[in-house]
Amino acid sequence: MSDRTVRFVLKPLVFVTSLGPVTWLVWAALTGNLSANPLSDLTNETGIWTLRFICITLALTPLRRLTGWHAVIRFRRMTGLFAFFYGTLHFLTYVIVDRFAGLDFPDGIVALSTLRNLATSVAEDIYKRPFITVGFTTWLTMVPLALTSTVAAIRWLGGKRWNRLHRLVYATGIAGVLHYWWLVKADVRRPLTYGAVVALLLAFRLYWSRVHASRPAPRVRAPAARASHRI
Amino acid sequence: MNRRQFIQAAAGTAAAAATGVIGAEALLEAAQPAPHGRKLENVKPSPLSLDVKAEKANSWEEITTYNNYYEFGVDKDAPAQYARSLKPEPWTVTVDGECNKKAAWHLEDILKGQTLEDRIYRHRCVEAWSMVIPWVGFPLADFIKKCEPTSKAKYVEFTTLYDPKQMPGTRSPVLQWPYVEGLRMDEAMHPLTILVVGLYGEVVPNQNGAPLRLAVPWKYGFKHIKSIVKVRFVEKQPMNTWQEQAANEYGFYANVNPAVDHPRWTQATERRIGEFFRRKTLMFNGYTDQVASLYSGMDLRRNY
Repeated sequence: MSDRTVRFVLKPLVFVTSLGPVTWLVWAALTGNLSANPLSDLTNETGIWTLRFICITLALTPLRRLTGWHAVIRFRRMTGLFAFFYGTLHFLTYVIVDRFAGLDFPDGIVALSTLRNLATSVAEDIYKRPFITVGFTTWLTMVPLALTSTVAAIRWLGGKRWNRLHRLVYATGIAGVLHYWWLVKADVRRPLTYGAVVALLLAFRLYWSRVHASRPAPRVRAPAARASHRI
Repeated sequence: MNRRQFIQAAAGTAAAAATGVIGAEALLEAAQPAPHGRKLENVKPSPLSLDVKAEKANSWEEITTYNNYYEFGVDKDAPAQYARSLKPEPWTVTVDGECNKKAAWHLEDILKGQTLEDRIYRHRCVEAWSMVIPWVGFPLADFIKKCEPTSKAKYVEFTTLYDPKQMPGTRSPVLQWPYVEGLRMDEAMHPLTILVVGLYGEVVPNQNGAPLRLAVPWKYGFKHIKSIVKVRFVEKQPMNTWQEQAANEYGFYANVNPAVDHPRWTQATERRIGEFFRRKTLMFNGYTDQVASLYSGMDLRRNY
């Protein structure tokens, strides 16, 4: 596959597709196509899509190893940033729908006290409720990854350090699944499925590094700035 | 296992898992509201109803598309999609235990000569959302008296239909089927406690627990057991399904109480379906004057 195909056809295609869920959600919310509790749907759906994008991102390296199709790695930054995008939407939805909507407004809604009360309410909730703590942690682990997703950041950190930092995404996957697990009332089949996917993708890395520990990793031809950082 | 086998196995599992994730969670479908049912005759208004001028009732569509009825699936729209397969007619309720009139009652016989009332109640789910629902029903006490419970009857235990053919959700062991709930005798005899047969003046839709369900408006929604097939008078406190599932999170009493949080979320506020700002949850769901005396001297933090 040529560099041009990836850059001018596939990447825009993946980009637009990744915006599908949020476009659909906004459309469904505006046209009354969500449930009788649309605010809860927005929270749940943005959360699920975060987890899906984390899984997709974690799947790209194993996919490359198994298929030898090295171009997939060039989508990793984009899918990772979409995980962060949906995670941020999820967090903001929670802040607005769950926290802001539950505030008292002693000085009216547009007031400094509203901001202060909101910050206190969010902080207290993160501190008090384990599944919120874990959810917030999941989002936090993605922040440095998103911030250092540029070519300039890779150069600045150096490949080795950048690689080490970006292993944080393993924690993102584990914490994300845990957050989902603790939220569910009785039926753990869905969190279990995501848990299995993340476990498998992480186990693959262990297996691969063990098998290839003695041999040098296969060299991958890629543009210098997008060298094959192992995730 | 060699490398090739491992990779094949891994790829197979990954594919299966991916299919599972997508298959298990189809995109939200706008669930269709229940078809309108038969109009119920001679329904009397009740002084125990809320004033809908002060608190607007939720719509037929909201009440019949947003349900927790795990026998039809765990998603809120699953009951609206799958409850069609429930056959509410003919219906038999078996009465058993510490009472003189052990019998299998046909629903028509339970309703014979029984005055039906409109009861517009607040409905507060343990998940911190709420609705105002215009039920049609009659006091559970009326039915209990007909069963003549003995002095040994301290509690009433209710059981939901368990039929995997009619209830696709029960084919998976999500909860311990059949669903069981219970009330203390004085709670069961309380005038607010009703057996529901209707909604908005019509026969209650399947997804809302047809043909016979409970409404106990000062308790969380999971106490409002649906599609009741068995009533048993017992001496010991029954083990209700959600308590069995997670005793640290769901108790027997399950009285609405803003001061006692669920371990994972607050019960101090709730989202009224259709509203953006959350409401303050009221003690006993706003029915304190009528029911607080049932619990005088009880530690409600321990008996959640």
